[in-house]
Amino acid sequence: MRYLSPEEVHSLERQANIIRQSIIEMLTEAGSGHTAGPLGMADVFTLLYFSALKHDPKNPDWEDRDRLILSNGHICPVLYATMAHAGYFPVAELLTLRKFGSRLQGHPHRTFLPGLETSSGPLGSGISQAVGMALAERINNPYSSKFFYCLTGDGELDEGQIWEALMLAGKERLNNLIVIVDRNGIQIDGFTKDVMPLEPLVEKFESFNFDVQAVDGHNMRALNDAIGKAQAVYGQPSIIIAHTIPSKGVDVFERDFRWHGNPPGKGPEDRVPHDEQAKVALAHLRTLAGTIEAQDS
Amino acid sequence: MFADHLQKDLHTGAVEKKPTRNGYGEGLLEAGKRDERVVALCCDLTESTKTDAFANAFPKRFVQVGVAEQNLASVGSGMAAMGKIPFISSYAMFSPGRNWEQIRTTIAYNEANVKIVGAHAGVSVGPDGATHQAIEDIAIMRAIPTMVVIAPADVHEAYKMTLAVAEYIGPVYFRLGRSNTPVVTTPESPFTIGKAEQMYFRNESLEKKVGIVSTGSLLYNSLMAAVALEKQGIGTSVLHMATIKPLDGAMLEKFATEHGALVTVEEHQIIGGLGSAVAEYLSEARPTKIARIGVHDRFGQSGEPDELIAHYGMDIPSIVSAAQKLI
Repeated sequence: MRYLSPEEVHSLERQANIIRQSIIEMLTEAGSGHTAGPLGMADVFTLLYFSALKHDPKNPDWEDRDRLILSNGHICPVLYATMAHAGYFPVAELLTLRKFGSRLQGHPHRTFLPGLETSSGPLGSGISQAVGMALAERINNPYSSKFFYCLTGDGELDEGQIWEALMLAGKERLNNLIVIVDRNGIQIDGFTKDVMPLEPLVEKFESFNFDVQAVDGHNMRALNDAIGKAQAVYGQPSIIIAHTIPSKGVDVFERDFRWHGNPPGKGPEDRVPHDEQAKVALAHLRTLAGTIEAQDS
Repeated sequence: MFADHLQKDLHTGAVEKKPTRNGYGEGLLEAGKRDERVVALCCDLTESTKTDAFANAFPKRFVQVGVAEQNLASVGSGMAAMGKIPFISSYAMFSPGRNWEQIRTTIAYNEANVKIVGAHAGVSVGPDGATHQAIEDIAIMRAIPTMVVIAPADVHEAYKMTLAVAEYIGPVYFRLGRSNTPVVTTPESPFTIGKAEQMYFRNESLEKKVGIVSTGSLLYNSLMAAVALEKQGIGTSVLHMATIKPLDGAMLEKFATEHGALVTVEEHQIIGGLGSAVAEYLSEARPTKIARIGVHDRFGQSGEPDELIAHYGMDIPSIVSAAQKLI
């Protein structure tokens, strides 16, 4: 496990906030797309791409890289923004999101953008693909140190295929597989507890023979510790349930499931009118600890 | 006149019968020996899809996925992403029947080099009944961009096809039959993905003529229908299109030009299968009168394979009759 110094934690938090600003800007420009999930997962993606993953943005096909498989493709704004800031492609390209000819498709397409491991959008198939990769790696290289990280949503857990994949991963004891669930409690139609209750989730995953951890998905140190522990688990695949706040970072958007599938400018107007949503979101993000300096410099 | 590479006794009607799935099983084993990247995945149907020979020979390269076809498709995609050549097998009714979207997104759209093996295709599955008789699989797979779709005629063609598919880079779907199928071709018969082969050449001295275009296990019925039609004074040729996509358009157009009218023959719905593919192509390239032999927008049912083939109008008399009406 990589130890994070207080300075590194602070730097990661600041980086996550810069990524959130990019998410707001690209969604506003696109005029469509998902807001709540990407903002909520900015900390997890930042930790992965700026600390935990073995990867090389300048050599995205590097054979020994860890693989990050995004199962819930609709949160791709956070993936794109993080990849751009990590150096995979120019940050300016983020503003092409969802536009004709863009490499940044509304849902990710592997062959359009170097660094994407899969195409995704239809829910529930990411863990299966990660399982396939992890299985193949075990055949190719039994002493491999690669990890296969699969990121899923919680609403996505309604899909039956998720549980098919988990069963196989447990059966095959894929200790190179680490699933991270974005447990933000919302999906399009409402709160997950109302649409389709998932709890007790820890026990469900444990009964599928996974090592399970539940952590605060906005706490860099807690996330880093969980990933470190998951890497150390032997003879079992791992799941980290990252408890996140949908739309984290923009307090007037937070915890509201109506922000699941709307961009700033088209979200609910109870608190902020459409024409001020982007401005309010950016203003708020820029006043968060550590980010004023980054913006002004 | 039969193509010279076919079985010698076909004119007598005497023919050996073997399931096409056997050719796949032997081909997969051989492909596995030739290329260590070949892996096999199966959904609790290892013996009946004939994946067992490979699984026994290469246990570390075989994944038993359990009864989970959606997972099957996407796990296959993941293995392909790491350089493997996965053959994923189940019954066609379940794969691609149940997991079409996973095949579309995680295999085809992902450009994953996965081979999808649909066993027990067609009504000739027999007693299991309609739930297990895939007669829409060609239609749904043909509609997926980049997907290659193949229906081998018999055990020899299935063997050669499996080896060719292992070498081809890109997603492929092929269907296999459960029941004993007449062995028409020989190990020497040519097989190339995307290439149609003329298997029977009409008697050019006959004034009346018709062309039969077949795919899959109904090649034998098509050949026997050609023999019968010729006895009635109708010069008949048979073009076998094992590969339905990409369609061998050049050969098809030439065949249509030579014969004027065509009967398509397949063990599949007439909606979306070979007949549709041929009609679509020729309506643009060279409008041709076509009669389509296949299942006419109905479900199958229990019965013996031959009974069902006759009941749904895919037996030799049905092909003969369709040809007679056409000219």
